[in-house]
Amino acid sequence: MSDRLLVSTRKGLFTVMRNGGDWDITGVDFLGDNVTLTLTDPRDGKSYAALDHGHFGVKLHRSTANGWEEIPSPAYPPKPEGYEEKDMWGREINWTTTKIWALTAGGPDQPGTIWCGTLPGGLFRSSDHGQSWEMMRTLWDHPLRKKWAGGGADWPGIHSICVDPRNAKQVSIGVSTGGIWHTADGGASWALRGEGMRAEYMPPEQAHDPISQDVHCLAQCRAAPQRMWVQHHNGIFVSSDEGKTFTEIKGVEPSVFGFPVVVHPKEPDTAWFVPEIKDEKRIPREGKLAVTRTRDGGKSFEVLSKGLPQAHAYDVVYRHALALDEPGDRLALGSTTGGLWVSEDQGDSWACVTHTLPPIYAVRFA
Amino acid sequence: MAKVVFTPNVQRHVGCPAAEAAGTTVREVLERVFADNPQARSYVLDDQAALRRHMTIFVDGQMIRDRARLGDAVKDSSTIHVFQALSGG
Repeated sequence: MSDRLLVSTRKGLFTVMRNGGDWDITGVDFLGDNVTLTLTDPRDGKSYAALDHGHFGVKLHRSTANGWEEIPSPAYPPKPEGYEEKDMWGREINWTTTKIWALTAGGPDQPGTIWCGTLPGGLFRSSDHGQSWEMMRTLWDHPLRKKWAGGGADWPGIHSICVDPRNAKQVSIGVSTGGIWHTADGGASWALRGEGMRAEYMPPEQAHDPISQDVHCLAQCRAAPQRMWVQHHNGIFVSSDEGKTFTEIKGVEPSVFGFPVVVHPKEPDTAWFVPEIKDEKRIPREGKLAVTRTRDGGKSFEVLSKGLPQAHAYDVVYRHALALDEPGDRLALGSTTGGLWVSEDQGDSWACVTHTLPPIYAVRFA
Repeated sequence: MAKVVFTPNVQRHVGCPAAEAAGTTVREVLERVFADNPQARSYVLDDQAALRRHMTIFVDGQMIRDRARLGDAVKDSSTIHVFQALSGG
C-alpha cells in the first residue's frame, strides 16, 4: 500500500500523506509555480517534477536528500537551416519543448533510464537519471510523424509511455493526436499500431485510420501486458494483443468520454475511468462526479460515486490525475477545480482530502 | 562593454545578476553572459536559441526585432534589458 501522494497543481506540488485513517497535506514545494507532472521512480525512489514557468519555459527538477535540484530539460535538436515544418493550420512548428506530458521509468534492468514525452511530439530518453537526454530521432524523423496533429492542446504530444514489464525494449506510446506507436527494439524503429479504433471527428474514409486516433490515455496491465486499455476522445477501447488491434466498448453509462484510464496491475479485466459529458462540454453529467469501473474486460461497468460530490460538481479530471497504487487497491483522483479524493477500496467509496487546491494536473502515488 | 540587466522575476528561479560583456550584437553579448551563467540560458532562450515567446529584450530602450537570431546591434555603451513580455499571463 502506498501512503504518499504527490499532487501536481497550477500553483505548486503538494505532498499528501496517510495519517491514521485520514489523508492530509503535509508539504508543498514550488509554491506559486505551475507543476505539471511528477514521476517517482520505483527502482531508486528518486522523484522528478516537471514545471512550466510560462515565460521562462519548461524545467525539470529531481529530488535529492536535501530537496530539489534543477536538471536539464529535454531539448529539441537544432532545426536545419531553411527547413520549414507547418502544422495543420499553417503555423510553423517550433522545435522546442513546449510541455512535458509523460514521464515513465524504464525497465528494472535499466537503472537510471527515464522516458519523457513532450509537446510538440518529441520523445526523449535519459540513461543517467535525467542528467542528459537523447531525442528519439527514429520517431521524430518518421514520415508519418508529420501527420500528428493538435488535440486538446494546440500541438501534438506524447502523454502515455508504457514500458513492457517482460522486456523493456518494447515500449508503446499514446499520442494526441497520432494514435499508438510501438518499438520492439528499444527505439531503433517504430511502427504505428491501433487497428480497430474509430475517430468520430474524421471523415468516414479516415475514421479508422490508426494515425487519426486521439488517444487520451493508454494503460498496460503489468501482469498481463498483452492487455491494453485506451480512453479515447470518443470512446473506450480494449486490446488483447499489445495494442495491435482494439475492440470498442460501447454504451458505457454515464459517458464514454473522459481523459484518464488506469488498469489493475494483476487483473487485466479491471480498469477505471472518469466519465464526462463528451467533448463539447467536458463536465460531469448532471453535475455528479463519478468513476466507472469494469471487472470483466468491459462487458459491464459500475458507476462509483460514494463520497464524490453529487450536486453541482463541475470537476474535470485530466489524464494524469487518476492514480492507482502499486498493489491496485488505493485510488486517488484530482480535479481541475482543486478537489482531491482517495479511495482505499478500489473505488467503492471515496474520501475528500480537500476541495481547495489549485487546479490539479497530475496525481501520483509515490 | 554593454551592460545586461535581467528581470527581477527570474531571480527566484535562477540567479541572474546584472553583468557586463563585449559584443556588437545582442547574441554576442548574451552568449558571453551565459557562458558564465549557463543555467540562465534556458530561461531566456528556447531550444533553437531564439528568444522565448513571452520574453522581450530592449537595447537602450528599443525593443529588439530579430527574436530568432538576436542580430540587433549593440554599442559599447548600451544597456540591454531582458524582460518578461506582458503576454503569456
